Amino acid sequence: MSAATTLPRLLDGADPHGGAPLGAHLDHHGLETLDVDAAWLVREVERAGLHGRGGAGFPTATKLEVVGHGRRRAVVVANGSEGEPASAKDALLLAQAPHLVLDGLQLAAAATRAGDAILCIKHGARDAQAAVARALGERAASGRDAVYVRVVAVPDGYVSGEESALTHLLNGGRAVPTTVPPRPFEKGVDGRPTLIQNVETLAHVALIARYGADWYRALGTAAEPGTALVTLGGAVERPGVREIALGTPLAALVAHGGGDLARARGVLVGGYFGTWLDAVAARSATLDGGSLRPLGASLGCGVVAVLPDDACPVAETARIAAWLADQSAGQCGPCVFGLAAIADALASVADGRAARDLAAASRAGARRARPVGGRRGKRFEDPLARVRRWCGDVAGRGACRHPDGAVRLVASALRTFEADFEDHLRHGPCSACARPSALPLPRFDGRPLEAVA
Amino acid sequence: MTVLAASTSVTWTLTRASGAVSLLLLTAAFALGIADVARWRSRTWPRFAVDALHRNLALLALAFVGVHVLTTIFDKFVSIGLVSAFVPFSNSYKMLWLSLGAIAFDLFLALIVTSMLRRRIGLRLWRAVHWAAYACWPVALLHAVGTGTDATRPWMLAIALGSSAVVAAAVVARLAHSGFGPRTGALTR
Amino acid sequence: MSRGDLRVRVDPIACTAHGLCAELLPERVRLDDWGYPIVDDRPLPPELVAHAKRAAAACPTLALLLPPADGQRARSVPPPGRGRAGAASR
Repeated sequence: MSAATTLPRLLDGADPHGGAPLGAHLDHHGLETLDVDAAWLVREVERAGLHGRGGAGFPTATKLEVVGHGRRRAVVVANGSEGEPASAKDALLLAQAPHLVLDGLQLAAAATRAGDAILCIKHGARDAQAAVARALGERAASGRDAVYVRVVAVPDGYVSGEESALTHLLNGGRAVPTTVPPRPFEKGVDGRPTLIQNVETLAHVALIARYGADWYRALGTAAEPGTALVTLGGAVERPGVREIALGTPLAALVAHGGGDLARARGVLVGGYFGTWLDAVAARSATLDGGSLRPLGASLGCGVVAVLPDDACPVAETARIAAWLADQSAGQCGPCVFGLAAIADALASVADGRAARDLAAASRAGARRARPVGGRRGKRFEDPLARVRRWCGDVAGRGACRHPDGAVRLVASALRTFEADFEDHLRHGPCSACARPSALPLPRFDGRPLEAVA
Repeated sequence: MTVLAASTSVTWTLTRASGAVSLLLLTAAFALGIADVARWRSRTWPRFAVDALHRNLALLALAFVGVHVLTTIFDKFVSIGLVSAFVPFSNSYKMLWLSLGAIAFDLFLALIVTSMLRRRIGLRLWRAVHWAAYACWPVALLHAVGTGTDATRPWMLAIALGSSAVVAAAVVARLAHSGFGPRTGALTR
Repeated sequence: MSRGDLRVRVDPIACTAHGLCAELLPERVRLDDWGYPIVDDRPLPPELVAHAKRAAAACPTLALLLPPADGQRARSVPPPGRGRAGAASR
């Protein structure tokens, strides 16, 4: 039995060939029994300072506490739907260390006195599904699980794994967000208090139950202890999923993956709902909230994607914005129309239409007007100013946080690459615009996503 | 009440008059309802005005229909009881045309009651029942034309034809314009 | 937050941009470029409560809500014209 005092922890004993079997898992982490005292576990998770790894970063102990004290018998859901295309950590964790996640799921069920457990896996993650099926078979044979685990495949889609969308799916509806309140932790699956936790978070819970909060805090920073899985992508030689201690310098991660920040235009941190950092900020940033928040960023779901210096940030942003607009569930006006309008405006800047309009307007003598409200403003309005205005209008007005994330990405691109955007606005596309995209933007038509790992 | 019941010509006059007015009000409410769902507005007619007028005219129509039904019941010339106001084919007096009146009345009550309880019954049920408006108005018109003893009088013909023209115009306009408001076609549900 | 605090909220999924709320409660609702309501969710002063209730009752899709400050579902509001204007929470 190893008490991993250094990295790897989650990936210690992970087996890329079908997932670590139960015997090997017990050898490595040796959590003999999952029958733990609920109050003790919640206290330990709280002492450890564990926060969710799905993107929102909510304190896990608080969630366990609230769901456990609901009026009806709770349901625990392990969320491995991983709708973020640039992230591959959840699929990898389930494929290589399924028992760790399943232990965490049982422990969460014990901590919340839940009567049902559900594991949600992305529809296209075949390796993960196979490994989980095998692992559940082993656990059934050995009688390790107190609560039966139902496995549900989640359809492709950026918002399918959102809390209310997942709950809606599990209640027999489509995987699209619903209006909250009430939130799933109050009234979720079958109207019962529902704990929805990312699979990586549950894996951390399993390790905390085995080794304790002090061990967990031995790595990471004081404010943000522990380790996290990140997906490194973009212009690096060895893309893929890695486990880091929180507080690791971003530059070190990139170097480990064979990338070079000196030749990067910028780094996307968090996911497609995250934030662009310029190369200078990226060079001094560390992977924890304390360093990222002042830069307007957060670790999110652990995506770190390097944009090479021969790529065009304007074209890339326009592509991502169009993709995000397309991924809207299509239920809320501000999201449907706002994101589409933002994407269209950015596309016009990237492909030169905006430059032509601007030239025509200057020739006609129109002043570069300040933004005018309404669709039929006759004076020429700077498309970038319009996009900034729309970003402000759209945020917070959807049923879920999808438009907020999309707007965050676009606004950070306008800030970080302001010079590039102004240049494209005046002069049209640059030589790098036509390059193929450095970032994955899958069309969800039922085929599995390209694996980054 | 006894005085009214004894004087048959008064109640009979009231019945026919309130019936005619009901038809006019129902026509107006129906046409405004079509304009409402088509999101029609103008510089002097904001959306809330079209909507509020639709609702208020419907309530006013209900009041006149109430008078129409009560005066019919209390009239001594024909023996139409309370039951026949709600249950079709329960009275032999001009059975078909009277029954149409009962049906229209039932539908109208369903429209009004579900609208008043809209918040409680939820939007889907309310909307499903509200489609009955497209049945209620033609049935009411047929009742007016078939039952009314004034059916051949010029003023009644004018009311019937005029009402039909208004409703036809509203329906055609609705089909032709597919909505005046913002494009909501991209929204899925 | 006092118990009587009322705020205006929009259910973004139910809303289909009819725009009656902006006409009836312009003090708290304005429309964006696509006709959808942008709501000022500050607490309603007593003189606006009746207007807000009317706007909520007038919404064709019941998307305008007046939930109490503790975040529960909206109570059912009386239909307009009941003559209780001005007798709002103190």
